Amino acid sequence: MTSAPVVVDGTGAGLDAAAQIEDQLIAATKQRGRRLGDYVGPLLVFVLFIVLWEYMHRDGIQRWLGRKPSVLPSPVTIIDQSLFNKIFRDQLITGLGWTCLVAFVGLGITIVIGMALAIVMAQKAWVERSLYPYLVALQATPVLAIVPIIYTVFGGGLGARIYVCIMIAIFPIVTNTLFGLTSADASQHDLFTLRHASTWTRMRKLQFPNAMPAIFTGFRISAGLSVVGAVVGEQFFREGAKPGLGVAIDQFRTRLQRPPMYGAIIVACLLGIVVFFVFGLLSRLVVGHWYESQRS
Amino acid sequence: MEMGSGPALSFRGVSMVFPDGTHALQETTFDVSPGEFVTVVGPSGCGKSTLLKIASGLHQPTTGKVVVDRKKLGYVFQDATLLQWRSVQRNVELLAELEGMPKGERAKRATDAIRTVGLAGFEAKYPKQLSGGMKMRASLARTLVLEPDVFLFDEPFGAVDEITRERLNDEVISLFQQRRFAGLFITHSIAEAVFLSTKVLVMSARPGKLVASYDVPFAYPRSPELRFDPEFARLSGEISHSLRGAHV
Ligand SMILES: Nc1ncnc2c1ncn2[C@@H]1O[C@H](COP(=O)(O)OP(=O)(O)O)[C@@H](O)[C@H]1O
Ligand SMILES: [Mg+2]
Repeated sequence: MTSAPVVVDGTGAGLDAAAQIEDQLIAATKQRGRRLGDYVGPLLVFVLFIVLWEYMHRDGIQRWLGRKPSVLPSPVTIIDQSLFNKIFRDQLITGLGWTCLVAFVGLGITIVIGMALAIVMAQKAWVERSLYPYLVALQATPVLAIVPIIYTVFGGGLGARIYVCIMIAIFPIVTNTLFGLTSADASQHDLFTLRHASTWTRMRKLQFPNAMPAIFTGFRISAGLSVVGAVVGEQFFREGAKPGLGVAIDQFRTRLQRPPMYGAIIVACLLGIVVFFVFGLLSRLVVGHWYESQRS
Repeated sequence: MEMGSGPALSFRGVSMVFPDGTHALQETTFDVSPGEFVTVVGPSGCGKSTLLKIASGLHQPTTGKVVVDRKKLGYVFQDATLLQWRSVQRNVELLAELEGMPKGERAKRATDAIRTVGLAGFEAKYPKQLSGGMKMRASLARTLVLEPDVFLFDEPFGAVDEITRERLNDEVISLFQQRRFAGLFITHSIAEAVFLSTKVLVMSARPGKLVASYDVPFAYPRSPELRFDPEFARLSGEISHSLRGAHV
């Protein structure tokens, strides 16, 4: 059990902002139609990033930080060793498989528990007030601090990893769903009250559909966090020979195999980005035809 | 107006003091009979919306009572309050759906109501694709599906432009002529009040109290040109004068 210092943006605030920015960009793009320039900018930044990396490898890391160039391999080396070295490549593919498994199972459970909690909390203000502090506490607890407890309860394998995943990913689902369920207009509620609608009817025909856009925002943020949670969980809980990307990163690190280590980090990043965008796409498919983003 | 039938909606000494101490309505008494269209004008914040909320049963009055049959009561809000995830057709069906009306029946009524308000062809559109005036039409159609005997309107056209408002007023007039419901309409536009109503009530600043009542003598059907009639201008002036007094 090594403790690679992993900074976890537990609040999901980073991803939250990312979700908002993406929505804005898409709304803006829709208004004026797609242009070639939409692709040129990102591509340019990507090229600059690679060039900067290569420069740091060749000269910068020595000149500015006083480290050996091998600490930061060239992008070419990283790609070469990650993709074309069979042993490393197999390790990354296996790692991706295990990490996906934990992230997806964790996300599934997170969604079920998180939404159920939000639905319960949406019923009465006092329920919300009573439960909220515990959510915040869960959110504020560093994984590192409770590793022994998790170990005792869930063992040292997949169960513990899934728990970490849930713990890190659940907050945005609950808060976004709760916000969505409680944000219908007062006069829309009046409409239902006038027709003597039951709590269940109100939930089904007003609050739940009204919450869909927010719920999808929650899904998207939590999906990104569940990947973070899976990688972090793997670094603490490795029983059962199930080497995910987090394990791979750590093994490559201790063996000073730098290129595949960066390769593993990049694969973990890509996985996070892919799930984030897939859920964004899903959201547009499900609510895009009626939802009007407030920000413009 | 109709012989033998009592008022469809009756306020008897209704007062309203909110839990926070806001005194919104004071000793309000008036009736609205079938075939009457009563409009209330008054300074903003004087308790006009509160009046409708009490009529509909959304609020309980502090003292006094309201006599009305709420099964056939329609309420058009200030905002269209359409459900954004429903098409126009499904929005217009909503209230009937909540009343448990069978699918075929409510679909047919919705189609009729949509045609009545001039939205035919827009059934499949979503609210975000509609203009403000069209949203209000959809909201009106949604209430029409219930075929209300008592029709409450809370400044429904306050947010649309002048021309759209006049068109919507024509729609409301023709609905009123066809159905002869008991109408209670809130507005801050005196022209709108006089054009639509059989009677205009003026309310004082908070705590709201009825301070004047004007019978509007024009016969229905009323044509849009009525707005340029000298008698129309005279009556509007009189109400306007009374309303200025109500502000102090
Ligand atoms: N639920 C409430 N609790 C406390 N005060 C309220 C409530 N609803 C309305 N009021 C107050 O009562 C007064 C009358 O409100 P309202 O009937 O909405 O006025 P308006 O004539 O503009 O429609 C206002 O001062 C408003 O702030
Ligand atoms: Mg009002």
